[in-house]
Amino acid sequence: MSKIIRRASAGTLESSDVYVEVWPGGGAVKLDLESVVELQFGDAIRRTVMNILEEMNVADAELRIVDRGALDCVLRARVEAAVRRGEAQG
Amino acid sequence: MRRSMLFIPGNAPGLLINGNYLGADALIFDLEDAVAPEEKDAARILVRNTLKYMDFQGCETIVRINALDTEYWKADLEEVLKHKPDLIMLPKAGTEEEIRTADYFISELESKFGHMPGSVGIMALIETAKGLENAYAIAGASQRVMALFLGAEDLTADLRCQRTREGREIEYARSRLVSAARAAGIDAYDTPFTDVADDEGIRSDALSAKALGFSGKAAISPRHVSVINDVFSPSPDEVNYAYEVMEVITQAQMQGKGAVALRGKMIDAPIVARARQVIAMAEEMGAGR
Repeated sequence: MSKIIRRASAGTLESSDVYVEVWPGGGAVKLDLESVVELQFGDAIRRTVMNILEEMNVADAELRIVDRGALDCVLRARVEAAVRRGEAQG
Repeated sequence: MRRSMLFIPGNAPGLLINGNYLGADALIFDLEDAVAPEEKDAARILVRNTLKYMDFQGCETIVRINALDTEYWKADLEEVLKHKPDLIMLPKAGTEEEIRTADYFISELESKFGHMPGSVGIMALIETAKGLENAYAIAGASQRVMALFLGAEDLTADLRCQRTREGREIEYARSRLVSAARAAGIDAYDTPFTDVADDEGIRSDALSAKALGFSGKAAISPRHVSVINDVFSPSPDEVNYAYEVMEVITQAQMQGKGAVALRGKMIDAPIVARARQVIAMAEEMGAGR
């Protein structure tokens, strides 16, 4: 199981990107999503984030995601980068 | 065919995902100069995902990793080679030993990720005086080296001369690089023209490079791509002439003639070789017969 040990972020607020912030959770995964396409793609974005967290064995973390219309591959990359940074010793 | 190669910053999703709509024959995803040290990790993950999920529809993918004298290059390769780009651009290539070092590590990763041995090519970026003087040895250091690429900004800094619009300061480097690459049987690519707004300058610079024998040229702006493609494409006249050459040569062979002339000029082996190159390129562009 992967453990988030510190607050970390990845990505930007530029168009086609997504800003992801992650920090140690309170026993489960909690997601706060803000997206320009929330009405249409909110559920899909949450599913993608949960998938990548599962792939990375993260079960205890809080995330804040501010989406600026990122494609799935970008969202996946930014979540992965933020989690890796949060896992890192530092 | 790589008439134009467009640099795309490796940490810029908006450009990465739209890369294949910008008209370039090849895209260079840059993990080196375009990415700040604190973003190297995020950029290599983003470039890896771009290679994994995006379809670049015939547009070649090249990743410029960080130089071998940095702490980043191995991590760059470990990440991006999972979803194999067509070529790895190796910056600041200075010696054949450096090429062999990269070659060895790439071989390990090809085996680890199940890629065909030797299937990842290297484009060596020559941008130091040492690299320039060793260009032929670098070109022949590994079967992976598919091309040499001139980086004039770093080179002129190393030479301690001013970079100018006319480019006289890189004439020797350009000629040397083309000669080294051709002697090794590989391609040579020219440095980008850095004034994005100078439309006349980019055309004149590309024409100079083509005249010296370069196969194509890099761009740092999408605005330069169409001019570069235009300059490095054979003209309709060149294509027609190439087909005529092949026709008269075929006829001569059928008739058992040794020497043949076209438009008052003798057609010899180098002209036939050039005609074949022009036809191959025209067919790749969809402009063949």
